[in-house]
Amino acid sequence: MGYVEIVGLRKSFSIRGHPLEVLKNVDLRVEKGEIYGIIGFSGAGKSTLARCINRLEEADEGEIVIGGVDIRSLDKQALLRERRNIGMIFQQFNLFEAKTVYENIAYPLRISKTLRKGIHTRVLEAAKVVGLSDKLAEFPGGLSGGQKQRVGIARALINRPNVLLSDEATSALDPQTTLQILELLKEINAKTGVTILMITHELDVIKYTCSRMAVLENGVIIENGNTNEVFGNSKSKTGEIFFKVYAEFQRGPEFTGGDGI
Amino acid sequence: MSLLDTPLWEVVKGSFAAEVWDKIAPAVFETLYMTAIASLITLVFGLALGILLTVTNPDGLLPLKMFYNLSGWLINILRSLPQMVMIILMIPVARVLFGKSYGTNPCMVAIAACCIPMYARIVESSILEISKGKIEAAKSMGSTNTQIIVRVLLPETLPSLIRGFTVAIIAVLSMTALAGMFGAGGVGDIAVRFGYQRFQHDVLFAAVYVLIALVQIIQFCGNFASKRIIKKRNLI
Repeated sequence: MGYVEIVGLRKSFSIRGHPLEVLKNVDLRVEKGEIYGIIGFSGAGKSTLARCINRLEEADEGEIVIGGVDIRSLDKQALLRERRNIGMIFQQFNLFEAKTVYENIAYPLRISKTLRKGIHTRVLEAAKVVGLSDKLAEFPGGLSGGQKQRVGIARALINRPNVLLSDEATSALDPQTTLQILELLKEINAKTGVTILMITHELDVIKYTCSRMAVLENGVIIENGNTNEVFGNSKSKTGEIFFKVYAEFQRGPEFTGGDGI
Repeated sequence: MSLLDTPLWEVVKGSFAAEVWDKIAPAVFETLYMTAIASLITLVFGLALGILLTVTNPDGLLPLKMFYNLSGWLINILRSLPQMVMIILMIPVARVLFGKSYGTNPCMVAIAACCIPMYARIVESSILEISKGKIEAAKSMGSTNTQIIVRVLLPETLPSLIRGFTVAIIAVLSMTALAGMFGAGGVGDIAVRFGYQRFQHDVLFAAVYVLIALVQIIQFCGNFASKRIIKKRNLI
C-alpha cells in the first residue's frame, strides 16, 4: 500500500442544475518520500483532485488514505488536525497581505497554539531553508513572485507535514524562478522526506522533479508510471500531445528567427 | 440676520460673529457626542451583522441559506425606511430604554438603527471582496471558522472596513442633524430652530460650516488611516 492511496475517487459539481462529473473513478498510489507528478490540460480535474485530498472539496465517492489515515472518515476536529499534516502551495501564492513574511510563516503554528518561543525558532529555521531570513519584517506586497512562493512553501512546511500538495505552484512564475523553486522543493524533499504531489500542466516541471507521474484527462487517469517510461513511450493521446509540444520547445535554436513553431 | 432683508455677504459675515458661535458651541458638543456614541454602536452591531451575513452566505464559511435570506430581507426592510420614519418608529424602543422618547440619548437609538443595516451591507461587500484563495489557504492549514474570521478576513479587509466606517460615520452625522428636529439637540436642531423657524440665516450658515468641517475631518481621517495601512502593506 502506498503512502497516499486514492481509490475510486469521484467528484461532480452541479452547473445550473446539471451534474458535471469532474473526477471519474480516480485511482492513485504515491509512495512515501517521492515527488509524484500529475499532469493534465486545463479542466482535466487536477485542482479538484488536489482539493479533494485535503477535503477543501468533498468527494462524492472513493477512498483517500494518507499514512494509514482514512481522510474521508475524519470528523471536523480530526480533519482540522490532519490538515496540519498536509501542506499546500498554490499558483497565486495566497499569502496574507495584512501579515508580514514572519507572521505568514508563523500562521499555521499560531492557529495550532504552539508556544511563542517554539514559533520563533521554527519560523527562523523555515525562513533560512527558503532563503528569506532577511525578508521576515517585510509584507508580501513588496516581494517578487518567486519570493512570495518561497513564503508559501515555508508556510506550508512549518508544521512539518508528511505530504505537500503543490497545485500549479510554478505556473505564475518565470522560467528562472520556476527552476529555483523546483530546486528548493527537491532539496526539501531530499532533506525532510516529505511526499510531494506536483500538480501541473508544465511537462518540464514533471520531468525535472518527479520520479513517477500520471496523466489526467477529463477526470480519469489515462496513463501513469515512471516518468522516463511515460515520456519515452506515451500510450495516450493527451500524453502524446504533451510530449510533442515539449519536444518542439526543446528544438529552441531552430526558432530563434522568431518564426515560431 | 435674515436673507429676507440682508444681503448674502452681510449674512455670511454675520455668521462668524461671536454671539452666533455662542449658540452653536454647545450644539457642536451634542452633535459630537451623538455621532461618537451612535457610530460606536453602528460599528459593533454593523460589523457583527456584516460578518454574520458573509459567513452564512450560500458560498460562505457556514452556509445557512434560510438565516441569510431572512437577515437580508430584514436589512432591506430597515434600509428602505426613510430616516424620519425610522426615528418615529423607534420612539417606543427609546421609551423602553431611556424612559423618554425625546432628547439626545433616545434619538441615538434611531440613528444607530438606521445606520447599522447600512454598515452591515458595507462590511459584507468588503469581506466578499477578499480572494477565495486566501480563505482556502487558511482552511488548508487547519484553521477553524473563527480563526479565519478573526485572523484572516478582518485584518485583510481592514482598509476597506475603515473606508466603509467613514461612510457610516458621515451617515450618522447627517442623521444627527435630522434627529435635531425630533428633540435630539445638536447642530441640526440649531439649524432648524434658528435658521428655518426664525429666519436667522447667519446661524444656519454657521451650522452648515460646522457640518461641512466635521464631514471633511472624518473623511480625511478615514482616508488617511486606510491609505497608511495600504502603504504599510506595500499594496500601492
